[in-house]
Amino acid sequence: MGSRQHVAMTGNEAVAHAMRQINPDVVAAYPITPQTDIVQFFSQFVADGMVKTEFVTVESEHSAMSATIGAAASGARAMTATSSQGLALMWEMLHIASGYRLPIVMPVVNRTLSGPINIHCDHSDTMGALTTGWIQLYSESAQEAYDNMIQAVRIAEHPDVQLPVMVCQDGFITSHGIESLEVLSDEEVAQFVGEYKPVYSVLDVDNPVTVGPLVLPDYLFEMKFQQAKAMEASRRVILEVGKEYARLTGREYGFLEGYKLEDAERVIVVLSSTAGTTRAVVDELRRKGEKVGLLKPRVIRPFPANELREALSQATAVAILDRAETFSTQGGPLFCEIRAAFYDAPTRPLMRNYIFGLGGRDVGTAQIESVFADLAADLARGSVKTPVSYLDVRE
Amino acid sequence: MTELKSAKDIPIGGIIPAPGNSRSYRTGEWRSQRPVWIPEGCVHCLICWVYCPDNAIEVEDGKMKGIDYSHCKGCGICVRECPRKEKALRLEREA
Repeated sequence: MGSRQHVAMTGNEAVAHAMRQINPDVVAAYPITPQTDIVQFFSQFVADGMVKTEFVTVESEHSAMSATIGAAASGARAMTATSSQGLALMWEMLHIASGYRLPIVMPVVNRTLSGPINIHCDHSDTMGALTTGWIQLYSESAQEAYDNMIQAVRIAEHPDVQLPVMVCQDGFITSHGIESLEVLSDEEVAQFVGEYKPVYSVLDVDNPVTVGPLVLPDYLFEMKFQQAKAMEASRRVILEVGKEYARLTGREYGFLEGYKLEDAERVIVVLSSTAGTTRAVVDELRRKGEKVGLLKPRVIRPFPANELREALSQATAVAILDRAETFSTQGGPLFCEIRAAFYDAPTRPLMRNYIFGLGGRDVGTAQIESVFADLAADLARGSVKTPVSYLDVRE
Repeated sequence: MTELKSAKDIPIGGIIPAPGNSRSYRTGEWRSQRPVWIPEGCVHCLICWVYCPDNAIEVEDGKMKGIDYSHCKGCGICVRECPRKEKALRLEREA
């Protein structure tokens, strides 16, 4: 498309649209609900000759990620997409993609992991992948999923980073809900992502390389250290790419988005689509004069500990909402990491955790209001009565 | 033992940018048993050379010359496939 447009699209359509505009060299994918639309829309673009992509249909997600890794090692800009069980089946290959330092971009449409089998949204799939060495971006809306896809290419491929990126959005809620969003022109996206220049390629016959050799105790540790340094370096790159994207679109992305935090005493921290619900509740309670706010992390890997501490420095009571269980009995993954980030802080707000929305359990404004009410009770008491609770579960 | 390099001085992701360097990696150190060549029993059929997965049978002018213990992993395929059996190649435990 030759110009910017406001369009009505689902989250999946928005991601497929971004993929068409990025025009990757290779896409290898297997369909899984609720990601299926992404691959379906994209395969239509391939069939219609709208992209130059080599589209590889594979027999499983393990093969999807394997083929994507092979393509990326060959110097191709390579992508796949998945959800839930598909991500789980990719598991060993996720580590190989990051360990080989291949800048793969993968949209993940968050869905609960079986069992029991359930196709609806929670974050148990990508929260389980926090230790796989992938950068993780979470999207509240179709607009954010689209914008994150385009930025993810630049973040992943930056010479100082060279790490794969997951672009997450909430299954069905965002992936299948139709929203109005602004899409860039094809030329703008092509220019923003630029031509991919791989650091290494097995197809570069003038500079032959071996990919995937055995590395023993004498060097493997150094390579994991390199990955950790690259993840550290991605902090700067994420911000730089976000600023450049803001100059192009007017939409700036960093590690977090705060909403009415300046004087907020009670704050809810939550990812993705539930941030939208929380924003509506914040507006409603603000009209009643209550000092409440929202903090929505966008980046979880690397973990924005300093930024979270800074953003919550004025808060006196914080509720962290996790759409995933760790079964540690000590709270969800976000809660544990955010609490740890405050260990060295001079002052710490009261902090409590809610596990919520598992298996697609709907979270409405009433549930979010109850969380703010619980925080008010904690403040009145001066302590947290229940550090970890389950929002709207029938106990 | 070669001097070990720091993380900042090695390629990322386990990439090996210099081809043909596996010769310098002494895989023979892994061996728990070793084939021993008995020259007087050998008929130089070179079946061991064909079967050796590590290219560790040394051949010169079409004749078996010895075993490269820097790269022999001691798998014993040469001993198993040798038509002369114990007369030309024998497997011994490493001390």
